[in-house]
Amino acid sequence: MFDVLLTDMVLLTMAAILAIAVISVRSLLSATMLAGIYSLLMAFIWQNMNAADVAFTEAAVGAGISTVLLLGTLVHTGRLTKQAANHVNWGALGVVCVTGGILIYGTLDMPRFGDPKAPIHTHRVVQQLAQRVGKVDPNGVHEPWQYNSLADQGGPFEVLADGEHPHPKDDFSGHSPNTVTSILASYRGYDTMFETAVIFTAGMALVLLLRRREPGADKFLHEVPGSGPQEKHTGGRVA
Amino acid sequence: MKDQVVLRIITKLLVPYMLVFGVYVIAHGELGPGGGFQGGVILAAGFILYGLVWGKEELHRFVPRRVTDLLAAGGVLLYSGVGVATMALGGRFLDYSMFNADNKGDGEALGMLLIEYGVGITVCTVMITIYDMISEPEDVA
Amino acid sequence: MSPLLLNVSDHYNYWIYIVLMMIGFYGVIAKRNLIKQALGLGLFATGLFLFYISMGVIDGGTVPVWTLVGHTEEKFAGPYDNPLTHVLILTAIVVSVSTMAVALALIVCIKREYGTIEEDEIRAIEDAEHPGEELV
Repeated sequence: MFDVLLTDMVLLTMAAILAIAVISVRSLLSATMLAGIYSLLMAFIWQNMNAADVAFTEAAVGAGISTVLLLGTLVHTGRLTKQAANHVNWGALGVVCVTGGILIYGTLDMPRFGDPKAPIHTHRVVQQLAQRVGKVDPNGVHEPWQYNSLADQGGPFEVLADGEHPHPKDDFSGHSPNTVTSILASYRGYDTMFETAVIFTAGMALVLLLRRREPGADKFLHEVPGSGPQEKHTGGRVA
Repeated sequence: MKDQVVLRIITKLLVPYMLVFGVYVIAHGELGPGGGFQGGVILAAGFILYGLVWGKEELHRFVPRRVTDLLAAGGVLLYSGVGVATMALGGRFLDYSMFNADNKGDGEALGMLLIEYGVGITVCTVMITIYDMISEPEDVA
Repeated sequence: MSPLLLNVSDHYNYWIYIVLMMIGFYGVIAKRNLIKQALGLGLFATGLFLFYISMGVIDGGTVPVWTLVGHTEEKFAGPYDNPLTHVLILTAIVVSVSTMAVALALIVCIKREYGTIEEDEIRAIEDAEHPGEELV
């Protein structure tokens, strides 16, 4: 346990330094590259915490797609911000410190990092991963969904006998060793469906905002005279 | 960028591997870390790399805009279609065990595989669309 | 070890996540460049995901994937990290990148309209054109 904690502390301190650099550096190209490095560091931290799926997704999405998006945006906008790098907004800093202090006060009674007796490890998921998905008994009767109580499994695993671990007694997770995918696709199938719809909506929003109409593609729309594209706002910095 | 020899050769070597690896990650989402999102993003990264090196016309030759638009909706349709199909087979919405009524574990596995493909297709095409839209050139005039 | 040091090492992780969230929060409210605000939003979201996942970590835990133990049956070979937190964060990461994509597209449109992406300059242009109106 101590090795996870030590690596965590070192990596997280590096992440905090990178985060300050992302916010305060003046060139947006540097901020984009630092944000890509930050995402890769996040992937390390999550793999260190044994979250393999999340590390995979963060490395692919954060360090890959997000960097490409930001670079594509930088082509259109300028590369430098106007504000000087060492300009500090003291009012905002005060608000941020007060909010951080309140949140830190709120975490003081949380269970310690990695506690096996924390409620998250003893209640819901241990039951859910052992539930039975219609196990057919010898009489051919389909059993409905049922939950095994913790008493069936012998309680949370630190009080089990030597070598005894909670074993799923069903077909369900025998077909899906990756419990994260089984929860994502089956137990939380609705969430995943609407999340797919959210991704689709984001793509369509991009198409509606940025796609230029090809000439001749709008032959079904009749142009109203006098409502052509309005003139651009002038003034200000044109990069 | 296609006149740079190193970029061209490395891209030609890498892109087929990335596409196959993306489909592998989607298909083996149940057996190890992976799944629809991760595989979809890796697939999209393969296409985006090709588009970066050879230009957008080449990318549109392989993945035209109509195909990405239709497939983005097709992924969500596949997911919802699985739910409706389970309802038609007599169960509840998204109750995958109806696919194989006498071995519910197999039904669940089939349902999860289909929806992972649906998610992967939508994520891949939407990421390609996002890249395509963001990197459009400035308005002429 | 003294109680204070134990308290620090127990909760250091959570405090660092709060620091990361607050850095992102500062970026959103104090910076005037719109892309810096979008980056701050991404930092805030990442800190929050870290907080969530670290609640599911357990001493000596493994990746929550069943493996073949003793060539006979599939089960967890030991304590495993809680997979429910991973599931929720998977969804949240992808939704966060979708939100960031739409935000960047809006920034590109704002650049085309106003010619700048600094918030105070946009306000100045709007005030010059529509004096007295609230910038919604």
